Amino acid sequence: MVPTESNYINELVEIHGRSRTSLMPILQGVVALKNYISDQDMTEIANELDLSAAQVYGTATFYSFLDTIPRGEYVIRVCKTITCDMHGKRTIIQTMEDMLKIKVGETTPNKKFTLLETNCLGWCHEGPAMLINDTPYSGLTVEKVHDIISEYMNK
Amino acid sequence: MTKKINLTIDGIHVGVDEGATILEAASSLNIHIPSLCYHEDLCVAGNCRVCVVEQENSKNLPASCATPVAEGMVILTNSMKVRMARKHIVELLLSEHNADCTKCYKNGLCELQGLASQMLTGDHLFLDLVPDKKYTIDMFNTAIIKDDSRCIRCQRCVRTCEELQSVSALGVAHKGNKMKISTFFEHSLFEVVCTNCGQCVNRCPTGALIERNYIDQVWDAIYDPGKHVVVQTAPAVRVALGESLGMATGRIVTGKMVAALRRLGFDSVLDTDFTADLTIIEEGHELLTRLKKALVDKDPTVSLPMFTSCSPGWIKFIEHTFPDYLPNLSTCKSPQQMFGALAKTYYAQKRKLDPKNVVSVSIMPCTAKKFEANRPEMRSSGYKDVDFVLTTRELGIMIKQVGLDFEALPEEKFDSFMGSSTGAGVIFGSTGGVMEAALRTAYEIVTGREVPFEGLNILPVRGTEGEVREATIKIEKVKPEWGFLEGVELKCAVANGLAHAKTIMQNVRDGKANYHFIEVMACPGGCLGGGGQPIPTNKEIRTKRKAAIYQEDMGMPIRKSHENPEIVEIYKEFLEHPLGHKSHELLHTSYTPRKRY
Repeated sequence: MVPTESNYINELVEIHGRSRTSLMPILQGVVALKNYISDQDMTEIANELDLSAAQVYGTATFYSFLDTIPRGEYVIRVCKTITCDMHGKRTIIQTMEDMLKIKVGETTPNKKFTLLETNCLGWCHEGPAMLINDTPYSGLTVEKVHDIISEYMNK
Repeated sequence: MTKKINLTIDGIHVGVDEGATILEAASSLNIHIPSLCYHEDLCVAGNCRVCVVEQENSKNLPASCATPVAEGMVILTNSMKVRMARKHIVELLLSEHNADCTKCYKNGLCELQGLASQMLTGDHLFLDLVPDKKYTIDMFNTAIIKDDSRCIRCQRCVRTCEELQSVSALGVAHKGNKMKISTFFEHSLFEVVCTNCGQCVNRCPTGALIERNYIDQVWDAIYDPGKHVVVQTAPAVRVALGESLGMATGRIVTGKMVAALRRLGFDSVLDTDFTADLTIIEEGHELLTRLKKALVDKDPTVSLPMFTSCSPGWIKFIEHTFPDYLPNLSTCKSPQQMFGALAKTYYAQKRKLDPKNVVSVSIMPCTAKKFEANRPEMRSSGYKDVDFVLTTRELGIMIKQVGLDFEALPEEKFDSFMGSSTGAGVIFGSTGGVMEAALRTAYEIVTGREVPFEGLNILPVRGTEGEVREATIKIEKVKPEWGFLEGVELKCAVANGLAHAKTIMQNVRDGKANYHFIEVMACPGGCLGGGGQPIPTNKEIRTKRKAAIYQEDMGMPIRKSHENPEIVEIYKEFLEHPLGHKSHELLHTSYTPRKRY
């Protein structure tokens, strides 16, 4: 069963249950569907699971991949750790900032892209690396980034 | 029998029960290990690391609060290594702590400040990170102020809110160096499910969570010659105020408190116990009326069980969490608010005062009372019924401000009228007290006889802390007008601490419990363990305060609310009869459903 747009919290709760351990998969389910978890989603989940909204908020804010503010359709996460930094991460970010006309942390006005930095992606041997939604890209160069982003822009 | 574990602490051999922690074992030897995140009332967190000790043959320094004893352990609590580690830990906490202590409300009472002074910190070994932190202060609430710049993230408040109160208005948000104690989406405490009970305030080791204090406003009123300042004192204050002023726990200081208030300059020193007695009359009749409607008229709209409404933390809890059950709450205002409404009507008339010049102050063991006094409903006298609410702690500060030698003060009596009370009013300060007081009166109204318990002491509702208590009282040989209650078994339940209140509410909702009358107090132990009481408060201290409350009850010449002569008088002169028109106007209220987040 895939949750639908309108009734997704109830459906996620039906799938994953109402125990405290159901919280993570439900939050992940919301992000998969909407790219972020709104305050309304959180209060609804809290009521369903008999948790407090602050507890749900605490869990959601702990994990970088559970966004609590609206994100674009494609979330770009560039590895910010030292190896990727030494391999030219800054130029990579600069390229994307120029192409998307946004800074790190921002979302394009058409809600298509969000540009973020993230902790180590485990691609240190092939840095710089980034993730676009769930797809990793490594060994990035300015040209390679240009091609990847152009492809997403045309999607 | 529990197994004994033998270990050595600082060269002393000791045997303790299996499962005890190193901290507890040391404490049994009167070795005091410093701690911050540890609190007797709460689960172990082990996150501040201040209580580390050295263990022979172990590289790490274990946190003594979180490490159970083991056979043959050799522990050093004050080695050089331990002392350096502790000092560095406190210095690291201070590097992120807004340490402008002289501007802090907790100056002199702060546990972190105490440790810093003990350890002679001040080397500035670590960078001061405070200027780089974007700390926020939540000043929007009328009862509690949350200042993140003073927070050391020990999470006592988070555990309090979850374990004792099942509210979890406060949680831990974000991670790493951005980790903070936060409400839902960092909303102000007044917007979220916080009940203002103040249990977190009572447990916060620093000035991160404090009551909003109204000391200066009260001084302004006292010094204003045009104002007549009346003060009411709640029952639980008189068994705890002494602690704030260096006296032993559990001392009854009613007389000295009255003397102190008079010397502070209050124009009239009156007693919330008077309106506690009044609450009993109104609430008792309300319960009997509801029972009549249910049993005789078979009215389907009548809501039973009826819940007590004295505890403003409980009121806000039910408004957020069980709004469907608001009709079950007694419509009676709390004694504080009944007093406020009468102070600016009956009292002002009797003393020939213009109510606009009457300032009504209350001394409460409670922070939620500050919120309650500011509710828009609480203006039935045409003015704000209670202008300022001070906690027991704030009164302690005021007494210190004027340099009174509290212990040397004489014992004085409350002013009259609205100053006389009974033992029934006094026991409002303990869990089970409202129930007991109500039963003493209601049983007698219905049967014409005293409750069938030795010395009027209804022990089943007193019980011990931390459990839901039930009692059944069979009503027999009733007066003719109460014939419908003949043979009825009145089922009562008592809960203290909102976690237990939640259990009761779930049982009621699921149809597992069939009660007529439920008393709920938001704080552990009832008001005597309130959020506005002296710090520290823990189980041992609550037990002593409770003993003092019941001792005060036993010492009162009158122990039933309906026999309070001033209560008889106020009905004769002013209110006419219980649940009458005037009562409804001044003494009863309504409730508001609130969102749950």
